[in-house]
Amino acid sequence: MLKIENLHARVEDKSILKGINLEVNPGEVHAIMGPNGSGKSTLASVIAGKEDYEVTKGKIIFNNEDIDDLAAEERAHKGIFLSFQYPVEIPGVSVTNFMKTAINETRKAQGLEEMPAKDLLKLIRDKSELLEIDRKFLSRSLNDGFSGGEKKRNEIFQMAMLEPQLAILDETDSGLDIDALRIVANGVNKLKSKDNAVIVITHYQRLLDYIVPDFVHVLHNGRIVKSGGKELAHELEEKGYDWVKEGVNA
Amino acid sequence: MLNKKQMDLKDKLLSSFLVFENQLESDDYLNNLRNDAIKIFEEKGFPSKKEEAWKYTSLNSILKEDYTVFPKQENALQFNDVKKYFIHDIDAYKIVFIDGKYSSYLSETTHDGMDICLMSAAMAKPKYRLVIENYFNKAATKDSLPSLNTAFSTEGAFIHIPKNKLVPKPIQIIHFSTGNEAALMLQPRNLIVVDENSHCQIIERHQSLTGNPVLTNSVTEIFTNKRAIVDYYKIQNDNLNASLLDNTFIKQKQESVASVHTFAFGGKLVRNNLNFYQQGERIDSTLKGVTIIGDKQHIDHNTLVHHIEPNCESHQDYKGIFGDGATGVFNGKIIVNKEAQKTNAFQANNNILISDKATINTKPQLEIFADDVKCSHGCTIGQLDESAMFYMRSRGIPEKEAKALLMYAFSNNVMSSVKIPEVKQRITKIIANKLGVNLGFDL
Repeated sequence: MLKIENLHARVEDKSILKGINLEVNPGEVHAIMGPNGSGKSTLASVIAGKEDYEVTKGKIIFNNEDIDDLAAEERAHKGIFLSFQYPVEIPGVSVTNFMKTAINETRKAQGLEEMPAKDLLKLIRDKSELLEIDRKFLSRSLNDGFSGGEKKRNEIFQMAMLEPQLAILDETDSGLDIDALRIVANGVNKLKSKDNAVIVITHYQRLLDYIVPDFVHVLHNGRIVKSGGKELAHELEEKGYDWVKEGVNA
Repeated sequence: MLNKKQMDLKDKLLSSFLVFENQLESDDYLNNLRNDAIKIFEEKGFPSKKEEAWKYTSLNSILKEDYTVFPKQENALQFNDVKKYFIHDIDAYKIVFIDGKYSSYLSETTHDGMDICLMSAAMAKPKYRLVIENYFNKAATKDSLPSLNTAFSTEGAFIHIPKNKLVPKPIQIIHFSTGNEAALMLQPRNLIVVDENSHCQIIERHQSLTGNPVLTNSVTEIFTNKRAIVDYYKIQNDNLNASLLDNTFIKQKQESVASVHTFAFGGKLVRNNLNFYQQGERIDSTLKGVTIIGDKQHIDHNTLVHHIEPNCESHQDYKGIFGDGATGVFNGKIIVNKEAQKTNAFQANNNILISDKATINTKPQLEIFADDVKCSHGCTIGQLDESAMFYMRSRGIPEKEAKALLMYAFSNNVMSSVKIPEVKQRITKIIANKLGVNLGFDL
């Protein structure tokens, strides 16, 4: 599904990604861990198509297509979703209207008719239940004045609405209390299928107790320095990141 | 220095006044007002950039046309041809003018318990004389443009709502120009008097039907008496050869509530002089505006809120989006008299420039003489938020639609106080149209 080959990227003059290789297949959950500043969020943004980053070398292949030239919205239309570490507040646009626009624009790009209002409302109802979101919440301005937990739950709600093939969850656990974490993780798990995949980017192992990864990768200084199974996450939790860094530097 | 062409229009108006004067009915009261007014205009002339209040707006480009001041023939329009300029999906009173002349065919007026009719009738008939003498030209300033209008004023809307009346439906005032004249100057004059405890909603629009130049110098005087409520909506979406000099004066008595929403999308040059005078306690005044222009359009909002008595509020919120080589001006003046303690005055003007060549000049002007007041003002000029753009695009919303959605969101504050749903819908459609998108929902 996703194949990243020797990816180098920079922002302005600063190189951040220095040769990433990663392959994600349908049905898999990958965790990308690493210390602050290792390039985790940059990797997520580059896959989603943020224009501030320049890919200087390497390729991102999604479903056998090089997506380097595609705009963020085109990547979204092909099924890539990024759950933001810091969701942007947009006063004046309600959650419902935002989703309506996002869904119908995506359908338009896929050559489908607009979703009938009644189907859309049903979808919103079902998915908001899944994330235990109060209906009143949906008529509020997008992320405007939401608590940290509400913002993250709203991200996963959007993911549930858009049903992406590949979901990248960037530090979705940060700022969540244990109840919110459980709700979010439960939502992600219910959305998982053999046809889609999830990349979980996190600093801590905590979220991975709930969303259990098939693979864990450690990112350090713009490269994946270690990959393993879910037990690697526990090892990192116990020993910290230094032993991985040392291993690389040695 | 005034250029030659500009002198020409002034001269033409002055000589036209001599002809006009001869045709008037003998009416000493009004004719004296007209004579005084033309003298003021003669002395002051059209405003120039040398005046502080006109620093950013030059009238030169619109004064050079050879305007017809009195159209020769009466013109008719078919309703279906102009239906789209009405808020036609609601029942409303309509006062409609074609090239400055009243169209009874397109209008729906009333004298049933209130007067929603014509200025020409109100000026001519004795039964309206008291209202004319008490209110006509009592709010308009002695500046040159209102004076010019007073000198030539013969027609417009006359609305008198006696006390304790809830006007059951909105009133639409529409001025059409047909383009039958190569260039036309119009000077409509509206007088609106709303007595104690009464409530009315008014929608005003000026619409040119061809590309021929039109210059409208309009004066509207509004009086809200004790506890009266007036909601006024100005829809300015005219074509690129039409210009509007709008002079609106609102005098409020105690506990009255008045709001003016100005939706400025069109015209070559538009100047909105909007003046509120609070003459009583616990008055509430609202001035809101959305401006979306491009091309080489120029829109200037010049507001004044004069707090004269204690315990009053004013709320100003103007949003502007400027593209291409458009220029915008916001000059918001708030005066708080020494006696006007406990005044709450708020002013915000936020602007987005979506082109490198677009310009906005924004200037708050606060003159506060009382010491126990709350006054706040804020002006911002910015571009669209890049992180919000990426956020929306990552959800599959294309760049153009994402921009439009952000601009919608930006103007939402102003839209939320529009009390007529059909007006809100219409404005939303115009905004979507301006931004070239179909978002599929209303704000």
